[in-house]
Amino acid sequence: RNRTLDRCRQQPFDSTLEKPQFPGASADFVDQLDFIQPNVISGIPVYRVMDRQGNIINPSQDPQLSKETVLNFYQKMTLLNTMDRILYESQRQGRISFYMTNYGEEGTHIGSAAALDPNDIVFGQYREAGVLMYRGFPLDLFMAQCYANADDLGKGRQMPVHYGSKDLNFVTISSPLATQIPQAAGAAYALKRENMNRAVICYFGEGAASEGDAHAGFNFSATLECPLIFFCRNNGYAISTPTNEQYRGDGIAARGPGYGMLSIRVDGNDVFAVYNATKEARRRAVAENQPFLIEAMTYRIGHHSTSDDSSAYRSVDEVNYWDKQDHPISRLRHYMTTRGWWSEDDERSWRKQSRKTVMEAFERAEKRLKPNVELMFTDVYQEMTPGLNKQRESMWRHVQQYKEHYPLDLYDK
Amino acid sequence: ESLVHWPTQKMNLFQSVTSALDNTLASDPTAVIFGEDVAFGGVFRCTVGLRDKYGKDRVFNTPLCEQGIVGFGIGAAVAGATAIAEIQFADYIYPAFDQIVNEAAKYRYRSGNLFDCGNLTIRAPWGCVGHGSLYHSQSPEAFFAHCPGIKVVIPRSPVQAKGLLLACIADQNPCIFFEPKILYRAAVEQVPVEPYTIPLSQAEILQEGSDVTLVAWGTQIHVMREVANMAQEKLGVSCELIDLQTILPWDTETVCKSVVKTGRLLISHEAPITGGFAAEISSTVQEECFLNLEAPISRVCGYDTPFPHIFEPFYIPDKWKCFEAIKKMINY
Repeated sequence: RNRTLDRCRQQPFDSTLEKPQFPGASADFVDQLDFIQPNVISGIPVYRVMDRQGNIINPSQDPQLSKETVLNFYQKMTLLNTMDRILYESQRQGRISFYMTNYGEEGTHIGSAAALDPNDIVFGQYREAGVLMYRGFPLDLFMAQCYANADDLGKGRQMPVHYGSKDLNFVTISSPLATQIPQAAGAAYALKRENMNRAVICYFGEGAASEGDAHAGFNFSATLECPLIFFCRNNGYAISTPTNEQYRGDGIAARGPGYGMLSIRVDGNDVFAVYNATKEARRRAVAENQPFLIEAMTYRIGHHSTSDDSSAYRSVDEVNYWDKQDHPISRLRHYMTTRGWWSEDDERSWRKQSRKTVMEAFERAEKRLKPNVELMFTDVYQEMTPGLNKQRESMWRHVQQYKEHYPLDLYDK
Repeated sequence: ESLVHWPTQKMNLFQSVTSALDNTLASDPTAVIFGEDVAFGGVFRCTVGLRDKYGKDRVFNTPLCEQGIVGFGIGAAVAGATAIAEIQFADYIYPAFDQIVNEAAKYRYRSGNLFDCGNLTIRAPWGCVGHGSLYHSQSPEAFFAHCPGIKVVIPRSPVQAKGLLLACIADQNPCIFFEPKILYRAAVEQVPVEPYTIPLSQAEILQEGSDVTLVAWGTQIHVMREVANMAQEKLGVSCELIDLQTILPWDTETVCKSVVKTGRLLISHEAPITGGFAAEISSTVQEECFLNLEAPISRVCGYDTPFPHIFEPFYIPDKWKCFEAIKKMINY
């Protein structure tokens, strides 16, 4: 289908016609002066499947996933939550340097990850660890990256939570915000040419959506007809900046039509709503070679990171509301318990088991040496350069001479 | 020397670029070329005929957005395509600076070699053109020289341009290829029709000499050639002329070896002198060759002003300024 031609086919210029002939837009004339009102009072509605308690509202929307699948959703969300608690605490104790939790957003990760094909490429921002967990990234490797130990696939080069996995098609996280957005468009374009039924999903927060790179990525993906899902986690805050200081329009979903992009807003705390929207977006993105924008409304229950204390800018009551009254994990649990798929005993033993496996991975990671210092100098280019080689040799000579001042024993040899 | 017997065609510099791109699209089915206005052939005609020959999915316009062009290129390269991005003028590369420096350059390192965008090449017209003024004349190589992880390459002629561009495209690191726009039509050579590469990070000694080493790149090589002749004729001074070709990573060995021999170094570029790439060369050479130097290292560069319009003839590091600098070094 050639959407470009459909939209832009020019009728032969005919000034006797009363239709506008401008190349830039196809629209009718109007002789009434009216500014279009941005519809912020009743904006784009929020699609959901379950109510805040976890009851299905419209049975036709229940994806009717198997018990095994739903239990897996639940276990992945709670395992992520458990890992977050332990690693956050480990930073407070000085064991790792930094951490970012995913509290409250587990539904956005698991719902969307489950709707993708394992060969789809994921570009994330930094608060999507559940996507990686869902795909099977082992606890040992999460820990290895946070501890920057010798098992880290990233070779110890980045701060904690900057995960990546080639096998799981999860592109390594980088700190600059929104840079992944135009990259996702390029990757999707390459996959379209490859023609192997693969899509790209690109995650970002509502804050990152203010960056120029977001505008660039949206526009490129639409004009170049890329099989791509843009997934915005609108969690209410960019560090301390609330959404009413981030944008004045109707969130991120309302920008989609401005780019000619199909868009939807969903309840991000409803794992089935996230699942349904992502599944349909993925199907159509690949079938029709066009981008989709999903804005998942949610709430960042945790602090921005271990460097943040959010009590400085929001009330405990506000945080408690989301933690207690509208949480993706409790809503899914209610769905499960209603069907007799999960009991109090199941909950108790799962919590105990997941905590145990996380602690065991944690203890293993803690004992591991850091990567060999040689790895400071490799992968700058594909090949080692003469200049870097000289610097490397110079470093080792220096460290040999002043060895008592360098923590060599902590590093692999 | 090994290219001497290949079938050639008379090409100017933009045609040699087209030839390199044509060879690439023919041999690499993943290769795509994109940027502003590339579809109709490009504002400097570097992509003429390629869309018709290879299809609109391979040679296409993007929206007007340099950060998008480079970001898109990085993503395409990460997903396995050979991505050749055009920035319409080097003067407009700065919106893409974050994508180049924070993303492209660091992709392999930060991921522990799980991911890379080695298949990305960025091309941009570069350097003074007689009337380009602030925003159509810039030589931004120094900004990028400070960025480990990318390569920066500048050809002096059509034969060099095709070979170096093909080397950049083949190179498994993200490369920036600056094309001297004043040479697009003015420089004409017999260029091999078939693909070939010229090694990166290898400076080329264009003429041997014993008294002064001259280092330059791009358009300035032609100025320095004349300067070398003037020095020989008027001063009896024998100059060794080196085309650096690759700014990053640069060939310190060839330059230092030459200065050990001659004892004098003149580096010249259009870009402003402060923080220009001559400063890096000068600093390294004085570290490596201090006792061999007969005179302070000389830099003849643009002044520390934006590139002016009507004052261009006074701004550029012309042959008279370079000649005078040689005289001073010889008489030091």
